[in-house]
Amino acid sequence: MPRVVLVGNLAQLTGGVAEFHLSATSVQQLFQQLAELHPAIEPHLKEGVAVAIDGQIYQDTLFQPIAADSEVFLLPQIAGGTGTLNESRPGQRGGR
Amino acid sequence: MAENGANGTNGQGYVGTRTIRPDGVDKVTGRARFGADFNLPGQLIGRVLRSPHPHARIVSIDTSKAEALPGVKAVVTRDDFADQPSEFIPAGEMMMNYKDVVRNVIAREKALYEGHAVAAVAATTTAVARRAVKLIDVQYEVLPHVIDVVEAMRPDAPVLHDDLFTIGVEPKPDKPSNIAKRVEITLGDVDAGFKKADVIVEREFKTAPVHQGYIEPHAALASVSEDGSAELWCCTQGHFIVRAHCARLLGMDIAKVRVTASEIGGGFGGKTVVYLEPLAIALSRKAKRPVKMVMSREEVFKASGPTSGATVRVKMGATKDGKFVAGFAELKYQAGAFQGSPVQPGVMCAYAPYDIENVKVIGYDVVSNRPKVAAYRAPGAPISEFAVESVVDEIAKKLGLDPIDLRMMNAAREGTKAAYGPKFGPLGLEETLNSIKKTEHWNTPLRKWQGRGVASGFWFNIGGETCASLTINEDGTVSLVAGTPDIGGLRASLTNVAADELGIPYDKVRPIIGDTGSLGFTFLTGGSRSAFSGSMAIVEAAKQIKAELCARACKLWEAKPDQVEFKDGHVRPLGALAEKVKPMSIADFAKIAGKTGGPIGGYGRINAQGAGPSLGTHLVDLEVDPETGRVTILRYTVAQDAGKALHPAYVEGQFQGGAVQGIGWALNEEYIYGADGKLQNAGFLDYRMPVASDVPMIDAILVEVANPKHPYGVRGVGETPIVPPLGAIANAMEQATGIRFTELPMSPPKVLKALKEHGVA
Repeated sequence: MPRVVLVGNLAQLTGGVAEFHLSATSVQQLFQQLAELHPAIEPHLKEGVAVAIDGQIYQDTLFQPIAADSEVFLLPQIAGGTGTLNESRPGQRGGR
Repeated sequence: MAENGANGTNGQGYVGTRTIRPDGVDKVTGRARFGADFNLPGQLIGRVLRSPHPHARIVSIDTSKAEALPGVKAVVTRDDFADQPSEFIPAGEMMMNYKDVVRNVIAREKALYEGHAVAAVAATTTAVARRAVKLIDVQYEVLPHVIDVVEAMRPDAPVLHDDLFTIGVEPKPDKPSNIAKRVEITLGDVDAGFKKADVIVEREFKTAPVHQGYIEPHAALASVSEDGSAELWCCTQGHFIVRAHCARLLGMDIAKVRVTASEIGGGFGGKTVVYLEPLAIALSRKAKRPVKMVMSREEVFKASGPTSGATVRVKMGATKDGKFVAGFAELKYQAGAFQGSPVQPGVMCAYAPYDIENVKVIGYDVVSNRPKVAAYRAPGAPISEFAVESVVDEIAKKLGLDPIDLRMMNAAREGTKAAYGPKFGPLGLEETLNSIKKTEHWNTPLRKWQGRGVASGFWFNIGGETCASLTINEDGTVSLVAGTPDIGGLRASLTNVAADELGIPYDKVRPIIGDTGSLGFTFLTGGSRSAFSGSMAIVEAAKQIKAELCARACKLWEAKPDQVEFKDGHVRPLGALAEKVKPMSIADFAKIAGKTGGPIGGYGRINAQGAGPSLGTHLVDLEVDPETGRVTILRYTVAQDAGKALHPAYVEGQFQGGAVQGIGWALNEEYIYGADGKLQNAGFLDYRMPVASDVPMIDAILVEVANPKHPYGVRGVGETPIVPPLGAIANAMEQATGIRFTELPMSPPKVLKALKEHGVA
């Protein structure tokens, strides 16, 4: 199962748990499984976080595959400049 | 069907060459149209009434006298803009909240900085508009203000927003404050790391807010039809973003707003947000006539975003042989009047150039009574990396190590775990350090009062949603349409790629920047994304064209797909078929396009992934005048990893431009406020930016460590070059004077004061 690590403040939404082993095979499944385990993180996943899979940062890619031996990092959201842009269509994002 | 094209294996080989810029002639002859050059018949002139107070409650606004003035056709205030819910969206290279955006465009409950827009008028002439603005009666309840970031964090500081509660802290605060957010990244165990250190250096640094300093002020021309649809011409880094913001703030369907980006006289991140644009549309909608608005330079300084000033504390530890074992930093960034400073990327970039096992970086996003900050080249990174690069230099001195060797020893490389989590792919930092060390510049002797400094810098780079189209015209020439404004050579770079992909001469491709009606949503020019992702979209568009041409050839020749290939601008028959038919060029297909299926074109619509970070190293020589404190830059060399330079001259231009802006940031630029909270230097006479005579020719060394995720190996290049200059210059100042300067800018009065205090003047 891929190893999933929450970076920065995101772990505050999971009771301090920063590392998971989940059966997700895509970013979409990863978000669903995390949200089921820790509902408090769901709005933030919808607002957008960047996902680094085996060192490569992806943005806005729900269908990106995750391999069973992948190392996945969820990074704090930063628009634009960092490869951690998550929602590039203004007006679509949900409220805080 | 065989296909060539990507990786520059096809066509004329324009990628990597210095082709003539398609926009060059119009720019040098004055024909190019910038924001203020657009005009429409019957247009009105719009002007903005701005707050004279840094912090005041707006009790009432009476526009009746202004509206009664002959020639005034419309006045808008907060009442003309619906309030917005709290909703974060990316704005260029930082996040913003629509609740704040609507308040920044036009003040609602409070004016939060001097220059904050309070009302706007549209009149038949500039003179009438100016008179009308003065006739608007605004009653203010003046409130205490706070400018400095540290003072704004104090418990007794005047609070700007009653509903701003710090996020990222436990327990959750029960009182509002000016600290919008606390962020933190941690790698390893920083306390344990410091215990392994033989040498520890800890310093506090302070940087001033600096403006992007684009030469062209903000300008917009709006025309709203009686049917409610709007057209807007403006200078922006992202007209699709402008469209989205305006539609949202004005309650319009996106399809009813068409935005055309003008040529742009610089942006550097500062033109990724909206200021005049919604006001111009609102005025035009009310007046039923076109409305043109142009900021003065004073308005640009007072009411458009600079980047943050900051206070930074850095503590680093290393073993006696030079291995970094721990890095800590605490960053306090000014956000301006609304939350959303670039502290998060500042946190993530601080130690990114280095392979360190134990890192902890904490950041605070702090509001104060200044204009809301906007993105500025590698937002947040120059500030934090300046502090770290200064301390790295100090460690080198303490250990008696060469500063380049020390950086080399600790350089992040492929497989290094970044402090913010993932492992890096291929990186070019070592190559830039090696390149600098091999220069003649590095080995030139210096004289008294001269110093040499080196520093490295990191920026992530991004991709994102991007559209571009290629259309084969009737004569075989090609129209290229891109959706990101061309700020740093996009048209030439994309044309190089298109010509190579299609195997046609460069001058047969004509590139334009399309309006928002001509392409699908395309994110803005920023984050160093436009050439990276635009070229990927062009490769995709060309691929479609080549596939279509091959398919048509198969029908014409009654051949199978494996009997044809696209090569060197032609569809070529293979094998026995080659004896029966002749290759067909793109122009041949263009002539019979109608008879073979209609117009031919390709449309790249992608969400570009795989942006590779770019790292650079800068080397600077300077001389300090001990009598005046003036610093002269004698020589400057930039080495940076471009992955692959699509157009080397433009890439070098990015390196040079970033270095010059960094020189200004390091030596002279700063927002100066009086005790009354008002900006005292809102003009280029008093806000000292470098001019051509201030800087030497900047040598540029192109390092090309290919990005494996891009068909040509491209990395974004525009952000990174502003990161190293601050540290490199501070390090050179230390060598020249023996004084470690920790506060920017290192302007003549400060330098002179330091020289006197240290008894070296």
